[in-house]
Amino acid sequence: MTESGFPVLSALIFFPLLAAVGLFFLRDERTVRLYTLVVGLIEMGLAAPLFRFDLSTANFQFVEIMPWVPAWNMNYHVGVDGISILMIFLTVLLLPLCVLCSWSYIGKRVKEFHFCLLLMIGACVGIFSALDFVLFYIFWEAMLIPMFLLIAVWGGPNKRYASLKFFIYTLAGSTLFLAAIVAFFVNTGTFSIPELMTHEYAFNFQFWTFLAMALAFAIKVPMFPFHTWLPAAHVEAPTAGSVLLASILLKMGTYGFLRFCLPLTPAASEYFAPLMITISIVSILYGGVIALGQKDMKKLIAYSSVAHMGFVTLGIFVFTMRGVEGAIMQMINHGITTGALFMLVGAIYERSHSREIADNMGLGKYLPAYMFFFGLFAIASFGFPGTNGFVSEALVLIGVFEANYLLGALTIPGVMLAAAYMLRLGLKLAWGQPSQAANWKDLNTREWVYLVPLAVLVLYLGLMPTLALKTINPSVVHLLNQYETRKTLHLESSLQPEPPAQVVQLPATRGTDQ
Amino acid sequence: MIFQIELFIPELYLLALIGGLFVLTVGPQSWWRFLRYLPLAASVGIGVAALSFQFSGLMFYEAYQVDALSQFFKLAIFLGLAVTCLNAMNQPTLSDEKRPDYFLFLCLSALGLMLLSSAVELVTIFLALELASYSLYALIPLRSKEPAAAEAGIKYILFGAVVTALAMYGLSYILGVHHTTYLSELVTKTWSWSETPAALIGIALFLGALFYKLALFPLHFWCPDVYEGASNETAAFVATLPKLGAVVVLVRLSSLLDPSMEVTMLLAVLAAVSMTFGNLCALVQTDLKRLLGYSSVSHAGYVMLGIVAGTPAGLSAAAFYAVVYLLMNLACFWVICRLSTDGRNLKLDDLNGLYQRSPGLALVLAVSAFALVGLPPTAGFMGKLFLLNSAWMEGYHWLVIIAVLNSAIAIYYYLNLVRHAYTRDAPVNASGDVQAVPNPGLLWGGLLAAAVLWLGVAPGTIFSFAQIAGAAAGGLLP
Repeated sequence: MTESGFPVLSALIFFPLLAAVGLFFLRDERTVRLYTLVVGLIEMGLAAPLFRFDLSTANFQFVEIMPWVPAWNMNYHVGVDGISILMIFLTVLLLPLCVLCSWSYIGKRVKEFHFCLLLMIGACVGIFSALDFVLFYIFWEAMLIPMFLLIAVWGGPNKRYASLKFFIYTLAGSTLFLAAIVAFFVNTGTFSIPELMTHEYAFNFQFWTFLAMALAFAIKVPMFPFHTWLPAAHVEAPTAGSVLLASILLKMGTYGFLRFCLPLTPAASEYFAPLMITISIVSILYGGVIALGQKDMKKLIAYSSVAHMGFVTLGIFVFTMRGVEGAIMQMINHGITTGALFMLVGAIYERSHSREIADNMGLGKYLPAYMFFFGLFAIASFGFPGTNGFVSEALVLIGVFEANYLLGALTIPGVMLAAAYMLRLGLKLAWGQPSQAANWKDLNTREWVYLVPLAVLVLYLGLMPTLALKTINPSVVHLLNQYETRKTLHLESSLQPEPPAQVVQLPATRGTDQ
Repeated sequence: MIFQIELFIPELYLLALIGGLFVLTVGPQSWWRFLRYLPLAASVGIGVAALSFQFSGLMFYEAYQVDALSQFFKLAIFLGLAVTCLNAMNQPTLSDEKRPDYFLFLCLSALGLMLLSSAVELVTIFLALELASYSLYALIPLRSKEPAAAEAGIKYILFGAVVTALAMYGLSYILGVHHTTYLSELVTKTWSWSETPAALIGIALFLGALFYKLALFPLHFWCPDVYEGASNETAAFVATLPKLGAVVVLVRLSSLLDPSMEVTMLLAVLAAVSMTFGNLCALVQTDLKRLLGYSSVSHAGYVMLGIVAGTPAGLSAAAFYAVVYLLMNLACFWVICRLSTDGRNLKLDDLNGLYQRSPGLALVLAVSAFALVGLPPTAGFMGKLFLLNSAWMEGYHWLVIIAVLNSAIAIYYYLNLVRHAYTRDAPVNASGDVQAVPNPGLLWGGLLAAAVLWLGVAPGTIFSFAQIAGAAAGGLLP
């Protein structure tokens, strides 16, 4: 039970799932939309007790634990720390916004669409709050089913290919993750994540479990060679699907790195860090270059996601205080800005029925409000000072420079690329030769309603990131302290063969202090 | 004690049912209306089996052991029988005059499986297995106007007979070397290649008969053909209940299989090959029953994970998975039988637009397909997790890795079912309307799907039963 006695997290997980059942009794499409919207607002209300989160501790809070399968020592165990609570807030916020942005976009099978949406949100909250390995895996996989249906049923012309590719890629990646979970259980006799974090594992064991887990996470992020499912899925998915994909799904991979790889396999993380950093930088540069050449707006933003998520993994694997904090901030910020950009693409698609940049030009004159929001989220996306993107990218860059100057220098072109492709997109949309823009109406009230909260968040996090950073800080300090001690413990014990020398030279200065 | 009536209640109840059916087969046609109460009577059997869970003891000169393991499986067999009877009630390919006979054989086969779950002596096992098989030999060709049915029947009988002969031959080796056929005595004997090679050959041949029932590689070849040839309803029975019987005997025999034995490694290899081969073949199938046939070959491999582990944990995981497999496969076949109103074999394309034609059936199909893949939050995932855990604990890391990689392969063809049902457009009839599927009995399919989901979310209760059963089998160990 929680301190307050009210099971906040369980309510957040199961309320949308139960509410989804209620959809079966509704007939009218409008009622379905209104119902889901109200469910979303109630869900936000249910999240209110989370504001009593204690900022001074790195412990898991709002913990609920109940026996589940005693024979295998499985428990229903949920709780949040500074790393996960912000992701839960973002998830909960997105539900009503997704309903609003699909209001006129989704025309068929409306009831089922909202059913999938509610399942997604429940499962996503579950992912970020699960403290039992099996529970985590259940939510992690269960979330795939509604996402698959969102793409496969409501997607664009190429939806069959995209949905199948998405499903098989991500599921195939996580099957080995399951083997890793089994391995951890057999090694320790528990599925409890906090308990698993207190154990020490042999290097050989860490080596293989890290690989198994990292493959699942890298596909989800997605990191460079495993990213090919992403553009297809993004382009074909309906707006709400793209938003959830970009804002939450991709974060599950980086969340996995933070929650499992660093605390459970510190020595292997250290060993593989050069590889992970290399892939991250390749992702940043590759995603940027490819985004620069895109003609399709959604594809451009999808590739920019590859680059942005590269910053997150880079921040994590330099193992510096600011790097990791920046990575977590970037997870939140990318969720906000990219989600908003996808919503804007959806909004213009409703007018032009095309996602080609060439078909949507000249908006600056005819749709000024639209262009205002687009401009705001675009500059936030490439990290313009004053927006949230700047805070996270700057933190990551500082973290990287703290670790190694060369790495920092390699990352800088990625930042410039981001500015290049986003400005190119913004310029063309605003001042390009208008084709039909004159006939379109500017943003309507509904669109204002779902864009304003995101815009406020962009500016709030950009100008006053203190509260968010304070929330993250104790958990990150704890994570890195634990990582440092366990990694060195391992090296001192020297029971295992020394990892090759390349590991040792990597981060030159490592600040665990503020 | 030769006979204790309270230990034999579930079997007696089923025998009474069979007696009633026999009367129907010879009686006047006007009595046949009683046939429709059969599913109800079989469901009562679930309760009867549940009530007798508390009893345990040995009967029939200690050849027949009633314990938690056997009672657990008897319960599951009654459950499966009730569902398959209900499923086969309005079978379109069965001519009317054969209807009572059909159910008579169905129940006889179930009786054989029930005896099998209690048999702890090789000859008894053999006889029970034959009782279960002979009834099926009669059932499979009972599909009127279908040449493939006769072919399937002959295939099943011929290969079944050969395997029976081999098992008998193996039994003679065991008897010759160890001078006993009681499992409780056989566990005390030495089973090593160096000392008693003949006994080892004997047990391998005897296991072959069970592998045949389970459709484990390399004795799987009948499976897709028989499924394809048999009517949908018969295939639903053949695909589920005999597997339970095979698993229960394997669970019993596994107490003979010392983990250090060469046989165990051989079983592990067979399990790995079975999974991979079954999945790879299923990838290219377009006939639904053939697809499920090959998928059952791979599931046989999964069950072997628990048997190979051989620990009480592994055996209970295998028992649990067998029940889960029963449920999810029955749910899948339920949809196939409801869809195929004229009794023909369905192709993948026949599922197109099922979502529009019958949302309920589409949902049941989706749940069972995701369960067969082993995706949470379904029972298939929990079952697989328990199996993987138990195999990893015994050090079969490579086998676990192969098993999870195989799940990745399996995703493709199971997902195909869902894709056809949900993302393709339904065929339209002349007036331009979507052809609706008349779906009586959707409730039962829904219940099966709900059970699959429930066991995935809260496997605790059933698993603790399976655990008692697994421990009971482990109790045979000296």
